[in-house]
Amino acid sequence: MRRVVNHPVLGILTAAREVKIYVDGKEVRAREGEPIAAAIAAAGIRVHRYTVKRGEPRGVFCGIGQCTDCVMVVNGVPNVRTCITPVAEGMIVKTQHGAGGKGR
Amino acid sequence: MREVDLAVVGAGPAGLTAAIEGAKRGCTTLVFDMNPLPGGQLIKQIHKFFGSREHRAGTRGIKIAAELLHQAESEKVEVMVGVEVYAIHDNILEVARTFAEDSPGSSLKQEATLPSRHLAIAARRIILATGGAENALNFPGWTLPGVMGAGAAQTMSNVWRVLPGERILMVGAGNVGLIVSYQLLQGGAEITAVIEATQKIGGYGVHAAKIRRAGVPILTSHTILRAEGDLRVEKAVIARVDASWQPVPGSEQELGVDTICIAVGLRPNTRLASLAGCNLHCSPRLGGWVPIHNSRMETTIPGTYVAGDLSGVEEASTALEEGRLAGICAASSLGKSAPGDDKEIAAIEERLISLRSGPFCQPRQDAKQELIEIGEVQCRKQ
Repeated sequence: MRRVVNHPVLGILTAAREVKIYVDGKEVRAREGEPIAAAIAAAGIRVHRYTVKRGEPRGVFCGIGQCTDCVMVVNGVPNVRTCITPVAEGMIVKTQHGAGGKGR
Repeated sequence: MREVDLAVVGAGPAGLTAAIEGAKRGCTTLVFDMNPLPGGQLIKQIHKFFGSREHRAGTRGIKIAAELLHQAESEKVEVMVGVEVYAIHDNILEVARTFAEDSPGSSLKQEATLPSRHLAIAARRIILATGGAENALNFPGWTLPGVMGAGAAQTMSNVWRVLPGERILMVGAGNVGLIVSYQLLQGGAEITAVIEATQKIGGYGVHAAKIRRAGVPILTSHTILRAEGDLRVEKAVIARVDASWQPVPGSEQELGVDTICIAVGLRPNTRLASLAGCNLHCSPRLGGWVPIHNSRMETTIPGTYVAGDLSGVEEASTALEEGRLAGICAASSLGKSAPGDDKEIAAIEERLISLRSGPFCQPRQDAKQELIEIGEVQCRKQ
């Protein structure tokens, strides 16, 4: 997973203001305006959460806010759809375990 | 409570054209979209459209989105992004922000942030244009990170400019599977194979030829047996299927891929319409359950209209036309008609028939006709 810098139709990726977010304590450099899911995918992160009953890993599935597979704990709020939630400076993102309500 | 003439849910091709036509006729018009950017799926459609010139053939989806947003702005349509309509009752839309207050959201001029997390809006007419959702395909391992809808991969690569994987298996050789495969190649990924369970490629030959020329094998009569990996997709096991769709023993192949894209069709995203109380009808040709509507796009709830993929999965070109139709009809029911509206409606209907003609699309025309006939009985008489 990496940025698509050169694109035959869309051209060269234009510069964007850098926004720093923290994913499980690790600094991730994001582009202003992009959703959390894009920023962490570019940083090579695939697992967004582990399911309630079996603890199975889940990542992005629909990418447009419909399926809720990609939810994470964002600034202490669980079940945030990372594919439609834009990054913000200093955002604290955590892998969600189960319903994300306890022990986050 | 804020009141508007027309509230539109969904800022894709159908929602935007509906809003533009409504606003042109003097309706105060508000559009809601849950995504951070307006434009619906057009903003990831970097390919040129097919058809004739009046259907925007030769124009890329992304350009059509930009034009529609520009038009919406000049007609004083207010587009709110990052907000989700979660209930509709008695012509009141309950709206919530989809992301946190401290998030900057989109930098578009049309963005209108909500003052609080929740908002109720009264609308004299409502147009639902909530689009479609990708079908899932269940196989062992289908929930592993790295298995995603083809549309999700397309959004990642074309909108957010992040390649969703390096080595990708595409499941499904309809137009979505073929076009997205090509676009992921453009983004720099390797498409290991496109597999298709039926005996022939479902999409247009020209799209199949483009990826074949790039060296991508298209394996018909093939299905996926399972995805394997520890915490993420590491390989896919595929096999040939016989005439009764059963895997042929001994034909299994292991593909080392990090991503599996699912392109097995779409269904109308009826959740809000269903919550609002619209009667639904099951039409396999239109993608499954669809809200019943009459020839004016009005549902079984008087004053609530539908357009685009929600009223049957088709193309962006049909969504543009249905949105126009719904917008004109909703405005006209408020006494806000423009001179020549009858002619305009007839012209739209003619264009819809031509879009739904040909061996590829005629079944949808038939299904749509059936739906409208049910609608003419169940929906209020104009």
